[in-house]
Amino acid sequence: MHGRVKLKSTAQQEEEKRKEKEKKLKIYLTTRDACFNKRKEGVLDEEALQLSQQLLASNPDFATLWNYRREILLYLETVRSEDEVQRLYEEELNFLETCLKMNPKSYGSWHHRGWVSSRLPRPDWARELGLCDRYLYHDDRNFHCWDYRRLVVKMSGVPIEQELQFTDRLIGSNFSNYSSWHYRSTLLPLLAPGSAESSSPQRECSSPTSSPQMHSHRVCEERLLKEYELVQNAFFTDPNDQSAWFYYRWLLGRAEREEMISCVYVSREGERVVVAFSRPVNALSVGFLLVVDGQPLQVDWRSAHSCVRHSPVWICELPPGTISDTSNEHNLTVTWTEKRTHRDCALYSGRAESWCRDSATDLELFRSELSVEKSSVLQSELQSCTQLLELEPQNKWCLLTIILLMRALDPLAYEKETLAHFQILKEVDSMRSSYYSDLCSKFMIENTILKMEYAEVRVFSLCDKSLSTLCHLDQLLLVTHINLSSNQLLRLPPQFAMLQCLEVLQADNNIIEDLEGLRHLPRLEEVSLRNNRLSRLSDLRPLTTCPKLTRLDLRGNPIAQATSIRSELADMLPSATDLLL
Amino acid sequence: MAADLPGEFDVVVLGTGLTESVIAAACSRVGQRVLHVDRRSYYAGNWASFTFNGLLSWMEECKQGGQSSAEEATDWGDKLEEGEEALVLSVMDTSITNLEVFCYASEEPEEEEKEADASRHTPAPVQAEGEQDAQSDSPTCPQEVPEGDAPQEGQGQIDGLLQDGAEEAPGKDEEAASPETSQAREVQGEEPSANPSPTEVKKISYAKIVKEGRRFNIDLVSKLLYSRGLLVDLLIKSNVSRYAEFKNVSRILTYRDGKLEQVPCSRADVFGSKQLTMVEKRMLMKFLTFCLDYEEHPEEYLDFTERSFWDFLQTKKLTDNIQHFLLHSIAMVPPETRTGEGLRSTQYFLRSLGRYSNTPFLFPIYGLGEIPQCFCRMCAVFGGTYCLRHSVRCLVLDKESGRCKAVIDTCGQRISCSHFVLEEGYVPEERRKGAACRQISRGVLITDRSLLPSETEQQLSLITVPPLEPGAAAVRITELCSSTMTCMPGTYLVHLTCPASGSAHADLAPVVSRLFTETPGDTGAADAERPAVLWALYFNMRNATVPSTASYDLPANVHVCPGPDGLLGNDHSIRLAEEVFHRIVPDEEFCPPAPNPEDIIFEGVGPQGEGAGIGEPSQGEDAAEAGQEDDVKTEAAKDESLENAGSGEAAGQESGVEAQEAAALPSAPPPTPPTDE
Repeated sequence: MHGRVKLKSTAQQEEEKRKEKEKKLKIYLTTRDACFNKRKEGVLDEEALQLSQQLLASNPDFATLWNYRREILLYLETVRSEDEVQRLYEEELNFLETCLKMNPKSYGSWHHRGWVSSRLPRPDWARELGLCDRYLYHDDRNFHCWDYRRLVVKMSGVPIEQELQFTDRLIGSNFSNYSSWHYRSTLLPLLAPGSAESSSPQRECSSPTSSPQMHSHRVCEERLLKEYELVQNAFFTDPNDQSAWFYYRWLLGRAEREEMISCVYVSREGERVVVAFSRPVNALSVGFLLVVDGQPLQVDWRSAHSCVRHSPVWICELPPGTISDTSNEHNLTVTWTEKRTHRDCALYSGRAESWCRDSATDLELFRSELSVEKSSVLQSELQSCTQLLELEPQNKWCLLTIILLMRALDPLAYEKETLAHFQILKEVDSMRSSYYSDLCSKFMIENTILKMEYAEVRVFSLCDKSLSTLCHLDQLLLVTHINLSSNQLLRLPPQFAMLQCLEVLQADNNIIEDLEGLRHLPRLEEVSLRNNRLSRLSDLRPLTTCPKLTRLDLRGNPIAQATSIRSELADMLPSATDLLL
Repeated sequence: MAADLPGEFDVVVLGTGLTESVIAAACSRVGQRVLHVDRRSYYAGNWASFTFNGLLSWMEECKQGGQSSAEEATDWGDKLEEGEEALVLSVMDTSITNLEVFCYASEEPEEEEKEADASRHTPAPVQAEGEQDAQSDSPTCPQEVPEGDAPQEGQGQIDGLLQDGAEEAPGKDEEAASPETSQAREVQGEEPSANPSPTEVKKISYAKIVKEGRRFNIDLVSKLLYSRGLLVDLLIKSNVSRYAEFKNVSRILTYRDGKLEQVPCSRADVFGSKQLTMVEKRMLMKFLTFCLDYEEHPEEYLDFTERSFWDFLQTKKLTDNIQHFLLHSIAMVPPETRTGEGLRSTQYFLRSLGRYSNTPFLFPIYGLGEIPQCFCRMCAVFGGTYCLRHSVRCLVLDKESGRCKAVIDTCGQRISCSHFVLEEGYVPEERRKGAACRQISRGVLITDRSLLPSETEQQLSLITVPPLEPGAAAVRITELCSSTMTCMPGTYLVHLTCPASGSAHADLAPVVSRLFTETPGDTGAADAERPAVLWALYFNMRNATVPSTASYDLPANVHVCPGPDGLLGNDHSIRLAEEVFHRIVPDEEFCPPAPNPEDIIFEGVGPQGEGAGIGEPSQGEDAAEAGQEDDVKTEAAKDESLENAGSGEAAGQESGVEAQEAAALPSAPPPTPPTDE
């Protein structure tokens, strides 16, 4: 049509582009070869800098070239005056900025910048910090830049308060940002460390030799209250944003228990010592020392189950006759040399067994896992979350946080509400219902352990509670009777073998197919596994290692239908005289 | 000058306002031969932005009723042929009335003030009321007369209809306004001394404003661009965005309980807000989330479709705080608005949020007047012919078909065309069928500090002031900082807009006196926190409502573009431009993307060749376009990166850095209109 502007056709344009590309490629390859040749010949001159610069400008992720540049620069450093070196490195920084514009997430460029900055005779840290500000403003999740920022902050001693304000700014403009929240969590403890005494609820312990020290990467309370407010602003504004909730979890605290020996158990009859640690350890690689009546003993430690290398529970057999005489009193000491901690245990005359331990109730073990804060603070946090839940009854983060707060405050008193909240959670977030089941199981087990210890019994009973998994089994070391009937357990895991005192096991009406944990339980006599899913004889093989097993109830299992099962079982488990099929 | 224009065009456009310019660009883009003329010496008509001195000249012009020059050819009889008749266009511009100026800045005697004439008489307002007043020959106005001596002759003649209805209101306002005015005069009386207080930081004098006048770009109409409005979409789609640069409105404020508060509208705002309780934050976010796709949840509002938005808000368990924010600052509607429309307005606001920033609005650097010019430029690039200070005197109508065959310009030349587009102001009175038109009240203030100072001086704020008295209208204020290139550093340019019920000054004075101090010279300590008005201009502008074609008795191929409306956005103008375009060329696409300059093939001569040499883009012009390539990229990158930023795409954010680097470069000078003869 008349007057229309004429345009190049697409074919024309593409041809032009192709030619352009070809030309560029040719130049690039020639320069690359020239550069490599020079390096091969060990030439460290300005021209090589020039050539590699051309290449890196178009492809800043060419690691070899950055290395070559560093070689050249290191050499030039030795032959130039300080001012010249300064200028050289400043030019390098300018060049790097163009590379970063090309690719703000170039590993090579950021790394090289860090290298140059640390070699610069008179570094301009303000400029570097400004650069970080700029890049993080545009992409607040550029982790290269976060790394570089930490370097700059460390090298130049930027005040922590100033960095904290920087995260304030980033969070203010967009609070869906793990990086900023995380940075805060590393800055706050530096800025306002909470003293260990005030923030960790210490109790006098029964055993004075090993007081439970809480490690505290914590923050003073005044500061914490401000943080609570900030993070609440975030989750009230958008309760579906998880970064704020995660930070909140961090704020509520997760104290680490001190590494220690939590229990020593000795059985006279089996001439056996069982030691429980506060965390899984590998006894074969760390040093334990067992002293009986002042005599160090060379013993072989084994974990409760051979397949578990790192275990919180370790067992050793004493040389025959060491403690077998019931009229003798024995004093045992287990020392964890590496951690400089030990625990004593006295086996009085006439006693068949003895133990020394810290109880879970004394240590507030399960509570401190969530929080070391004052309960008044937690109470008001719980109120805020409950308020939010009224507005957002379906919000999973809120529900979960409420559960955790309730546990931190008083696990037993809130048990009913906790279970109700779990029920809603499984409905609103059905994708994660198994996770919630497992978590709920864990809390139920913790509660049952607490109840058992308050009652000072060695019976653990948790029936009909939809348990889907077993945990904290190291805490059940002393339990003699356990009832896990009518749950949804699929297996008795290897860790189950830590129940070294177990005599009677009831686990009817589950969906158990695997008995791997019923191994080497020296005192196990009765096992009831009615209505489970045991189908093969080999599934029962672990029981052959339990010498005292006399009663085994397998009614309602597929295996009970098998022909000649009775005789096969009798062969396999000769001690089990009372077989119910 | 324009003596030898070609005698034939496809489309002749008279007036360079936004709608006309978009039509001209769209037509030229698809190959129509376009002649674009404007009687004025500047682009954009009532959409224009002026330097301070330019504004003073504009005021002078308004006083003369917009009548340009008398030496027009009036004899066109011989240009008419058999079976044709002439339709003479109006030469009077009546769209601006009730012009009043006040100066509160000290006038230092040592400074030269050649151009200060207009305000020499101040604070006694300068009367420049357009034609009516010119006829009434009474230069006085109510504010000038002390109380008691009120309404004088002359006023009655002004816009009878409006004035009668609003007679009482101005009277009231007058009392509120006159103390300040008379005070201003008093101080002016002892002008030379001007109480120079030693504590005073340097005051900005009137002379200084005049001297720095070129730093001002004062918009006649105060509007913003909704980030997802039709205008932004059009700018992007057509690539016209390459000619302009924008700044984000940085905050939205509202006047509540006697003070200004920041309106939390984005997620980040709600998060950071200190005025809202946690629960309020949740309630607000919940409601906003609902509004974003309210159509999906009809159960929430269906019972209220027949009732007001205000009633609806009452039922939503929202606190007063939030109701205020929602109604006045987010929906920006009067309380009696129906629920459906209130929700629609809220949704429109929210959808624009987050595209470019935490507020929904963009403002063009160098003022709103840039936008029509950008489209003119695009028109010129594609061969449109431009001629300012040139107008069409009459239309040549074919008696039989009733169509417009040609126009006769102010030089008496006959130019044939198949379509004629004109600004509403040129439509002769007898061809208007509509009822009396409505008016907008406008105020322009130059102030010495921001209404709500913050860490940064460079805030670009939109402020909504709900009706101070029942029945009054809400006033919309935009406060521009110097980085928008619309005012000199150290000052703020404040635009006030509301639907008129009386004169602009009467309508706006109550709000101005609440928010600002109008005392000249040094201010008392009590007023220290309020910004001082250095200079103020008030005027009424015709409020262009969207016309149905039936509002005018004109041929079918004559298309009328009303001037700016009183709304904040520009959708009406763009929608109308598209409509008119489709009436002119039904089968063509509206503003398809303009090609990149490097893809245009240049032949020996420009596409329109041997014209009169007026407004015809030479190759140099196109070369200049090519130089703009970088801006294009910036714009594209900006758009893309910001789009992605919303969704947190890392990839998008990378290019964001680039965009920022580019934006950090000193901004280019305002794009000059293609030709100025």
